[in-house]
Amino acid sequence: MAIDVRKPGLATSVQDAGRPGYYNLGIPLSGALDQQSLLLANLLVGNDAGAAVIECTLLGPELQFDAPATVAVTGAEARVKVNGAEVPRNESFSVQAGDTLSFDFMKLGARMCIAVAGGIDVPVVLGSRSTYGLGAFGGFNGRKLMAGDKLPVGSASHSTRAGKSAPAELLPLLAKEVELRVLPGLYFHRLQEVSMQSFFADTWTVGSEADRIGYRYKNGAPLKFVERTPPFGAGADPSNIVDAGYPYGSIQVPGGREPIILHRDAVSGGGYAMVGTVISADMDLIAQMQPNHKARFVQVDMAGALAARADKRQRLERLRAALAA
Amino acid sequence: MTNSKNVKDTEEMDSVPAKARYTFGGDEHLFVEISEAMSLPAFFKGMAICTELQRRALPGVTEICPANAALLVRFDPDVIAPDALLATLQSIEAGLGDGALHLQTRIIEIPVLYNDPWTHETQMRFRERHQDPTSTDIEYAARINGHASVDEFIAAHSGAPWFVSMVGFVAGLPFLFQMVERERQIEVPKYLSPRTDTPKLTLGHGGCFSCIYSVRGAGGYQMFGVTPAPIFDPAQRLSYFKDLMVFFQPGDIVKWKPIDRAEYDRQIAEVEAGTYALRIVPVSFSLKDFLADPDGYNQQLLKVLHGN
Repeated sequence: MAIDVRKPGLATSVQDAGRPGYYNLGIPLSGALDQQSLLLANLLVGNDAGAAVIECTLLGPELQFDAPATVAVTGAEARVKVNGAEVPRNESFSVQAGDTLSFDFMKLGARMCIAVAGGIDVPVVLGSRSTYGLGAFGGFNGRKLMAGDKLPVGSASHSTRAGKSAPAELLPLLAKEVELRVLPGLYFHRLQEVSMQSFFADTWTVGSEADRIGYRYKNGAPLKFVERTPPFGAGADPSNIVDAGYPYGSIQVPGGREPIILHRDAVSGGGYAMVGTVISADMDLIAQMQPNHKARFVQVDMAGALAARADKRQRLERLRAALAA
Repeated sequence: MTNSKNVKDTEEMDSVPAKARYTFGGDEHLFVEISEAMSLPAFFKGMAICTELQRRALPGVTEICPANAALLVRFDPDVIAPDALLATLQSIEAGLGDGALHLQTRIIEIPVLYNDPWTHETQMRFRERHQDPTSTDIEYAARINGHASVDEFIAAHSGAPWFVSMVGFVAGLPFLFQMVERERQIEVPKYLSPRTDTPKLTLGHGGCFSCIYSVRGAGGYQMFGVTPAPIFDPAQRLSYFKDLMVFFQPGDIVKWKPIDRAEYDRQIAEVEAGTYALRIVPVSFSLKDFLADPDGYNQQLLKVLHGN
């Protein structure tokens, strides 16, 4: 079977659990930005946890199915419709040949995962079906979806059925203001004391440059770096370093002005000092932030980061258990 | 060049801190800064730590990324505890022997059409973002690096080989470090504000690093020319992409070869026909021998490249 892309939406692409192992060559993880929504969508339709889905951003696509299928939509809050009639989110439902799936603008949250039983069956590149836009490979022809694209779908498993849903208490909370937990480090010591304080005290607003590569935040006090004689090769600005690798979730502050948090399509390295890293447990929260949503950075230590990670893992295990039943 | 100057340069280039700085990037990354300043010894030390970590194939270590004077390790803390990984890396660092000064690698000739029409057209579109809007990028770089002419600058840029000291930013993009004494290294500032466009396969330079833009897109490096040689190809059409869509690896040695427009067009035709190949020769590199006599050692490398 295949899915006909009638309208592509704002930024829609095929994504799965990601493509680890090639960051040393500048090829990032990619994969669904909100991995919890990916997992949930796949479990609802009986797919493997990391099967490829359609990830959409702010405004979803219009899709037409050429055969019956089981579908689930997770992530952001928006009306989901089949032939114009609303269907539930976070619950599997059936579509018939000729049916059209469409979306209203997302009210809360920024990304949805659309899973189809059998998974989106684009070719595997370097171990993943995820789209990597800058490198123009993976996913559907290495790019975002466009009107007229026809997405192949794999064979559904026998456990597929409509009406499967997740317990509400295991669904992620969506909000316009979030706290992002940050482990200070990397080049945090190069900030002046006043900026170490203000970085965590200020409320930051998502700017218009917010995509799969990274999220830029504004409206906090500019950060001041300690003056120094530039090391050879680093560059003159105090926020410069000799180009080095960027962790996922790392926060760089070019010129001290606006922090940028790198996400799963990250540029793998560069010459800006990073002042800390958003912990792994909170990366899904960033994926659901719209421009003008607000964040506060909350300082944690490694023990706190690992405890949050364990918490999140347990929540995902409960989700798996609930949906295995 | 006198011997005494060589000794001074060597000491200066050797001034890598005795111990690297370790810092965690969240709960999944360990960042190791070998030195705040770029130098070949810092790069070699980072490469040696990466090579040994790779060899140990530790469960839970998912990415090992050398980068200029630092390295980044990504790990799964559910499989290997952060402190255990830290202790392992520190013991690898402490145990580095003379082996860290040797590299089995390859030397590659990369043809370059300097002063090409495409990067020229692009730089003219972004002149207001440049330090010196009245000259071209290469004229500007020649002047501020003390060269009397663009030709003399091209000779300096393409005369000695360069180390690929990092691959990244975007897929397959090599950063290259010039293998000459620090005072002869070409240095230029980046554009005042980045361009939104750079032709694919542009030879760029910012700070002390040259690069080849593997894909078309934004960029802040000064633009000196283009190469006809593809370096990143998801379709893996040429023989040298047989194993991977990315051509360059950290540790590769590159020699630029200036070519003219007729030769560029001829090579582009070969690329399009799928018959294009690069001159790639295996070579063993000794940092100690290089630092003792960079010019002499580079001459030997070029002999290896040209098979004589």
